[in-house]
Amino acid sequence: MVAVPAASGYGFQGLHATVSWALCAFLSALEPMLGSRRLTESSTPSPSDAGAPPDESALVARLRGGEEEAFALLVRAHGGRLLATARRFFGCEDDARDAVQDAFLSAHQALAAFQGQARLSTWLHRILVNCCLMKLRSRRRRPEESLEGLLPVFDETGHEARPSRPWEPLEDEMARRQACALVRSLIGQLPESYRTVLLLRDIEELDTAQAAELLGISENAVKIRLHRARQALRALLDPHRKGLPS
Amino acid sequence: MTRWITCRELIDFLWRYLEGEVSEEERLEFEYHLARCPTCVAYMNSYKETVSLGRAAFEDLEAPAPPEVPEDLVAAILTARRSLPG
Repeated sequence: MVAVPAASGYGFQGLHATVSWALCAFLSALEPMLGSRRLTESSTPSPSDAGAPPDESALVARLRGGEEEAFALLVRAHGGRLLATARRFFGCEDDARDAVQDAFLSAHQALAAFQGQARLSTWLHRILVNCCLMKLRSRRRRPEESLEGLLPVFDETGHEARPSRPWEPLEDEMARRQACALVRSLIGQLPESYRTVLLLRDIEELDTAQAAELLGISENAVKIRLHRARQALRALLDPHRKGLPS
Repeated sequence: MTRWITCRELIDFLWRYLEGEVSEEERLEFEYHLARCPTCVAYMNSYKETVSLGRAAFEDLEAPAPPEVPEDLVAAILTARRSLPG
């Protein structure tokens, strides 16, 4: 474990002191495996996905040389996107900013091990997700939050107590965009442990094994928690989408 | 003879069916039930749409230029970096 000097900013001292060099090694080992669609940022590999493009290699070289200007360039180029991702994990803006700061500092320390097999954006994104998870873990352990009221209820014969009805189709692109905005808001209402699994599997598109490793739970627990999270999100959406007669 | 599973069994294990993690016999049981239960079909379709909307919800945000990072956060990160060893 590396003790990192205190610094001003967004809670840097608290979390970053827990970031070990082992994390840097872990991230480097993961670099060639960053295979999910979200993490590679494109479902169709482009020639540039095969390695860092020339301008990125030059930036990496400057970063390794310790140029502060290059580091500032990196933060300005990628910080906004990373902050948007961190906000999905945290309801609190300060927590999201803390995670972004921790991610850039972890990246700075791991640069020597960056081999350029993934794009910088992909690599930084993965570091950010790790920092978000570490921050969530560092909080005081709380009992598993309840999804009571958001999971289906069945009668003694195994039928739904409140039978599901088909949803109205989304008529046009505007309706779909509004539904997407609603979903973003509703995901924020899910209890943290369920929201995190949903983000990792459905939004970040990690596979079950990767999510299980990052969360420190079994693959089966990931699958069950994801199913419940989707069921709960469905239940939250239901009053907004129900409409067709049964 | 295909076994009749309950709505509860179908909904509790829907993820296994949708992920293709069921045996051939179980798949037939799911499909036998779905062919006769419009309530479970409605549930399954809304579940699938929920997953689809969840994925689309954040793709929308990433299509245009990424949002700018606040300057005070940039400054905090640069200050923190200066205090790192090496």
